[in-house]
Amino acid sequence: MILQMKGIQKSFDGLEVLKDISLHVDKGEVVSIIGPSGSGKSTLLRCATFLEKIDAGSIDYMGQDAVTTNEHGVAQYVPHQELNRIKRYFGLVFQNFNLFPHYSVLKNIMDAPVTVQKRPKEEVYEEAMRLLKKMNLENRADAYPCQLSGGQQQRVAIARALALNPEILFFDEPTSALDPELTGEVLKVIRQLADEKMTMVIVTHEMPFARAVSSRVVFMDKGVIVEEGHPEAVFGDPTQERTKQFLRNYQQ
Amino acid sequence: MSLSTMLAAMGEGMLRTCLIFFLTLLFSLPLGMVVMFLRRSRFRIVQSITKIYIAIMRGTPLMLQLLMWYFGPYYLFGMSIRGYRFAAIIIGFSVNYSAYFAEIYRGGIEAIPKGQYEAAEILGYSKAQTFFKIILPQVVKMILPSVTNEVITLVKDTSLAFTLAYNEMFSLAKQIAASQTSFVPFVIAGVFYFIANYAVAYAMERIEKALDYYN
Repeated sequence: MILQMKGIQKSFDGLEVLKDISLHVDKGEVVSIIGPSGSGKSTLLRCATFLEKIDAGSIDYMGQDAVTTNEHGVAQYVPHQELNRIKRYFGLVFQNFNLFPHYSVLKNIMDAPVTVQKRPKEEVYEEAMRLLKKMNLENRADAYPCQLSGGQQQRVAIARALALNPEILFFDEPTSALDPELTGEVLKVIRQLADEKMTMVIVTHEMPFARAVSSRVVFMDKGVIVEEGHPEAVFGDPTQERTKQFLRNYQQ
Repeated sequence: MSLSTMLAAMGEGMLRTCLIFFLTLLFSLPLGMVVMFLRRSRFRIVQSITKIYIAIMRGTPLMLQLLMWYFGPYYLFGMSIRGYRFAAIIIGFSVNYSAYFAEIYRGGIEAIPKGQYEAAEILGYSKAQTFFKIILPQVVKMILPSVTNEVITLVKDTSLAFTLAYNEMFSLAKQIAASQTSFVPFVIAGVFYFIANYAVAYAMERIEKALDYYN
């Protein structure tokens, strides 16, 4: 098991956003999280990547505890150094790409492996070029993010995340900031990664995509997981009334 | 008095003016960074003290501050320090300008999208690496026009050193103008400031152009 989250609770100013959520991800799984806006799916992802701190519950990666809850019900994170080590297990692709605008495409991809992981430059360069080729961007290595389309920027962001060789890659609505025309090219590379058995958790509003690419679909609403299962089951024959309603609204 | 004698007489003053200018930049630019960090401190008390400091620096005349720095040690502590005049000028200018620079830096830093910090955090950058490699370069580009404004003001403000009877260029111009009953020294002074600021604006524009490769 790569990721295990148990009993996650998270409130913002008294507003309960995640209510006792548990989620596990096995190696090679592609888990799509769907649900209406405000259902807590992005917050769940931000908690999983430690961008938000959970109030209670536990998170472990590769069997190593990152957060546990003590007898008083308060979440306790492992010491900074250990947490940083655990952070290396995952990558995150943001809705707004968040590329570094002052770095070229190549430097965006190479900088973290070189300065954070201290890997040799030549080796990282080779890998960066290989990743750019995979993202169909091998001729844009020297471009700056502002010279790229949104779809290209998002593919660079995916390459940047992959360059650190994460065990699991999270996507936070990776196509929500893109024109429908550019969405396809990003979904294509995610699909390609799925074919290569990359472990991924994808928060998305692209229902046909989620249905086609996922090994498991999680439907969230109001801070709880309403339904979870094989995409054909969740999309084709949902058991919960709330799921049916959501999918109905989506098809209109 | 011919034009060339006047220029020669004012020459040394010009050097002093330049010295005030460069030393002030040398100290106030980094000091402003420190003030900005204190202003953004997690500790409320540090924040408040820094706010008061900035309010005083911006809210009182620089001329008054210079007098305070120079005469303060004597009136407050009975200290008289030899050769302190020039140091008082540089302290006064640097401390004053650092408050303005701090606020310019703060404006720049707060304009950087949160996503930049989050991306850096996910990629494993340390706090220091994030600041120096990711945030600061973007801040520099963003604040250049405001810094240029401040630097140009500094060129002209150097004339305030006359308050402490320091013979920078403008003080000399006034003395010569009075003794020669001539307006020419003022024209020379005006041309000097103009050229100096033209050079500043030109240099800053070059830097802006050099950072134009991204937005």
